[in-house]
Amino acid sequence: MSAYLKIDHVGKTFSRGASETEVLADITLAVDKGEYVSIIGHSGCGKSTLLNIVAGLTPATTGGVLLEDREVNSPGPDRAVVFQNHSLLPWLTVYDNVRLAVDKVFSGSKSRAERHDWTMHNLDLVQMGHARDKRPAEVSGGMKQRVGIARALAMEPKVLLLDEPFGALDALTRAHLQDSVMVLHQKLQNTVMMITHDVDEAVLLSDRIVMMTNGPAAKIGEVLDVALARPRKRLELAANPTYLKCRQRVLEFLYERHRFVEAA
Amino acid sequence: MSLSALTSQPASDTSTTSATVLPLKLKKPSRLATRLIPLLGDIAARVVPPTIVIAVLLLVWELLCRKQGATLPPPSQVFTETYDLIVDPFFDRGGIDKGLFWHLSASLQRVALGYALACVAGVALGTLVGQSTWAMRGLDPIFQVLRTVPPLAWLPLSLAAFQDGQPSAIFVIFITSIWPIIINTAVGIRNIPQDYRNVAAVLRLNPAEFFVKIMVPSAAPYIFTGLRIGIGLSWLAIVAAEMLIGGVGIGFFIWDAWNSSHISEIILALFYVGIIGFVLDRIVAGVASFVTRGTAAN
Repeated sequence: MSAYLKIDHVGKTFSRGASETEVLADITLAVDKGEYVSIIGHSGCGKSTLLNIVAGLTPATTGGVLLEDREVNSPGPDRAVVFQNHSLLPWLTVYDNVRLAVDKVFSGSKSRAERHDWTMHNLDLVQMGHARDKRPAEVSGGMKQRVGIARALAMEPKVLLLDEPFGALDALTRAHLQDSVMVLHQKLQNTVMMITHDVDEAVLLSDRIVMMTNGPAAKIGEVLDVALARPRKRLELAANPTYLKCRQRVLEFLYERHRFVEAA
Repeated sequence: MSLSALTSQPASDTSTTSATVLPLKLKKPSRLATRLIPLLGDIAARVVPPTIVIAVLLLVWELLCRKQGATLPPPSQVFTETYDLIVDPFFDRGGIDKGLFWHLSASLQRVALGYALACVAGVALGTLVGQSTWAMRGLDPIFQVLRTVPPLAWLPLSLAAFQDGQPSAIFVIFITSIWPIIINTAVGIRNIPQDYRNVAAVLRLNPAEFFVKIMVPSAAPYIFTGLRIGIGLSWLAIVAAEMLIGGVGIGFFIWDAWNSSHISEIILALFYVGIIGFVLDRIVAGVASFVTRGTAAN
C-alpha cells in the first residue's frame, strides 16, 4: 500500500474547443524507493505527458500522484526533471546553472560555502567540474546533458525524472552517459523514472520496464521485471540470456502486439 | 591552403640559410612581415573601399554643382562657407546664435530625457503585455493604432497640453520611441521558451526571482532590438520637432539656416546629424552585445 511513489488511476484528456483527446487512461503504477523504472512506448503514446504529470508540470484530469503518501500536484525540486533538450539557461555558466538550483533549494539549510561545495560536488559527480566557467553553448551536447543531470541531482530529489535524457545524443555519447547514470544510480540509490524509446537503454538501466500501449487513451500494457544483477556491464550483457530475453519481450510488445500506426 | 604552403616554403628556406650568417638581422623583418604587414593589409582592406567611394561621390557632387545655375553648393564651397562653424563649435553669442556643439548638445539632452522615459515605460508596459493575456488583448489594439501616428502629429497636441516647447519636444521623442520598445519587449517575454518556464517551475522560483533570473535575460535580445529601433526613431523625430518648436537645437539650426539661405550650413548640420545618429545606434548596439553576451546562442 505504501509505495514510495504512486501513480493512482491517472488519466489525461486534452481539450481544444469542442474536441477532446484522451491521451492517458487509468494509469496506475507504484515505484519503490531506490528503484529505476523506465517507461517505454511509441512516440505520441503519452509517456512524456505521464512524466509531466508526475513532475507537476501538467495537471492530471483524473486520479493523482502520491509521493510518500502525500499528493503532489504542483512542480517542485523533490521531483527534479532532466529535460530532453537539457534546458540549461544559456546566459549562465555551467556552475551558475547548478548553483541557481542549489541556492534555491538550500537557501535556508546550507551556508554560502556549503552551497558552493555542494555545487562543485555535483559537477564533479558528472565529471563536469573542469568546465564550471563555460557557458552551455561552449560545451558539447553530452556535456550539457551532464550538467542537466548535475542540476537535478543537486536538488536532492526524492524522485529523479528523466525525460528521454539521451534522445538528442549520438550513439557513442549516449552509451557513455548511460554508463555514468548507472554508476550514479548505484552510488546514490536514487529513485528514478525514465522515459525512453530505446529498448537497449531500457533493459540496460532499469529494474522494471513499463510498456505503454499506443494512444489515444494509452494504458500500461505490460510491466517487465529486469532480473539482472548490478553493477551491470554493457559488454557482458550483450550475450546474457536474461538480457536477451528481456530485450525480446520488449521488442515483441512494441513491434508485434502494439505496432506503431502512423497517424491514420 | 596549398597556396600558403607554397609561399611559406621559400620564406623558411631563406631564413634557415641566412641563419648561419646573420641570424639576428634577419629575424626582425620576418616578424614584421608576419605580424605587421597582414595587419596593415587588413586595415587597408577596410579603409580603402569607403575612401574611394567617398572620394568619387565628392567628385561627382563637385562637378554637378559647379555648373552655372546649380541650386546647391559644391563641397568645396560648403567647406569654405562653414569653415568658421567647423573650427569653432563652442562660440556663444547669446540667444540662438551659438556654435554647433551647443545646438547638438541641446538636442541630445532632449533625446536623452525622452528616450530614457520611453525605455522605462516601454519595458514595463511590454512586460505587462507579454506576461498577461488579458493586458495584451486590452492594450495591443490601442498600441497598434497609436504607433502608426507620425511623430509630428503628436506635437500640436503636446504643445496644447504642456503649453511649452521643451516638454513638448521631449514628449514627442518619448511617444515616438516607446512603441518599438513595448512591442519588442512583449514579443521577447512571450517567446520565453517553455523549457525555461519548466525549470523555473521545478525550482519554484517566485515571481520576482522569475523576472530577474529568467524573464529579463531571456528577453534581453528582443528588448535591445526595440531599444535600438527606439534610439534611431527618437533621433529622427527630434530634428523635425525642433524645426517647429524653435530655440536652441540642431533641428531649429537647420530651419534657421534655410530661412537665411545658408545652404552650406544645412549640409554641415546634416553631416553632424548623420554622424551622431550613427554613434547613438552603435552605443546602444554595444551595450546590447555586452549585456546579452551568450544569451542568444543556445
